[in-house]
Amino acid sequence: MADQKLVTVIDYGMGNLRSVAKAAEHVAGSNTRICISSKADDIAAADAIIFPGQGAAKACMKALNESNISHTLMQAASEKPFLGICMGLQVLMTHSQENEGVDCLDILKGDVQQFDLSTYPELKMPHMGWNQIHQTTDHPLWHNIEQDSRFYFVHSYFVSPHDKHIIAGETTHGNKFTSAIAQDNLFAIQAHPEKSADAGLQLFKNFLDWNGQ
Amino acid sequence: MSLAKRIIPCLDVDNGRVVKGVQFVDIRDAGNPIEVAKRYDEQGADEITFLDITATAHDRGTIVHVVEEVASQVFIPLTVGGGIRSVEDVRTMLNAGADKVAINSAAIFNPAFVKEACDTFGSQCIVVAIDAKKVSIENEPDKWEIFTHGGRKETGIDAIEWAKKMETLGAGELLVTSMDKDGTKSGFDLALTRTIADSVKIPVIASGGVGELSDLCDGITQGHAEAVLAASIFHFGQHTVQEAKQAMQKEGIEVRL
Repeated sequence: MADQKLVTVIDYGMGNLRSVAKAAEHVAGSNTRICISSKADDIAAADAIIFPGQGAAKACMKALNESNISHTLMQAASEKPFLGICMGLQVLMTHSQENEGVDCLDILKGDVQQFDLSTYPELKMPHMGWNQIHQTTDHPLWHNIEQDSRFYFVHSYFVSPHDKHIIAGETTHGNKFTSAIAQDNLFAIQAHPEKSADAGLQLFKNFLDWNGQ
Repeated sequence: MSLAKRIIPCLDVDNGRVVKGVQFVDIRDAGNPIEVAKRYDEQGADEITFLDITATAHDRGTIVHVVEEVASQVFIPLTVGGGIRSVEDVRTMLNAGADKVAINSAAIFNPAFVKEACDTFGSQCIVVAIDAKKVSIENEPDKWEIFTHGGRKETGIDAIEWAKKMETLGAGELLVTSMDKDGTKSGFDLALTRTIADSVKIPVIASGGVGELSDLCDGITQGHAEAVLAASIFHFGQHTVQEAKQAMQKEGIEVRL
């Protein structure tokens, strides 16, 4: 099994890892192994990384810092196919406004901001449910996913990257916000593909097929 | 382009089996919650809610297996309610693959539990279920109170104030069931749903009383709900989730088709 592909779902105690792993397994070929791990070795040995996350920014960063995997994670994010999901997108940024301000991993320059719905009194918070992602770039991870497909979201903060060229998808909840980012070997999405039925499964399939370029 | 209103089929599960009756023509084992959940997923359900009505604590473990099985085959959000009383209960359900848990009576007996659960797991996975009954009489301003034990026991708590309090404690969503309407197939209590929905910023799921597709539409347009929950209208093959969505779209409601 020399050419078996190892995909590590990073476990730092924050998130519905089982659902993410199950969705990836559902579309994985027989020579792909999905492993859930909190060990730096499993991150270093992986061919591709899935970085999920749920909960508050402060708790996520605390869990990451305490897990002693930040360094290995940063290394992986710079060289391997890397899929960030929900908080796994937000903590890649420089800084989050959540919890009175939290410094994040700073892999991508930009902020995480709270929705301002003051001019949209009819809209609810959190942004919870199925909304459309408008694909703003042609990317391998959007392969076979219809333009403006609906994905399942649940969040109250969104990312605002400094470099607008890395925006891969946009969604509207009141105002338009960045719902997916693509930069080199890294792709990150605010929605939960593991809970987004066919569109989400296709995204996982595309990720498993992706060489990071 | 905006957020779609959600349709949520609800399955009452007793000791690992769907009760209240589910009749699909082409499902051999209609009482199997996994088969039923798969069917609703295929029909385009936006989420699925499992309500564990198992009487004894001893048999509660079975719902965990149900959730595990469903979560490995159905890739849409799953909510589990019924008997969620501790942070450990929440953790067990989330680990099994649930995305949200619905807290009902435990919120009434111990409101701090809602805050503890939200602080531990995040508001996004904590739904507070509110069972309300109208207590005002004709010519009085509308007033609803919280009831427990399937609507039999009054608490004296004002439903609107309670909804606001749950939002303050961190709840991510409210599941509002009218105990007057539940099981009647005469439509949601629209005034109750609307009054709560207009009083909080978090999403409200309307529940209790759906008999027709138009009831689902009314829950959104007149009840101001973000999502509508129904059981028997789907269980007996009267309508599919797809038909419900088409009816909603016809009314100008944004849905995921």
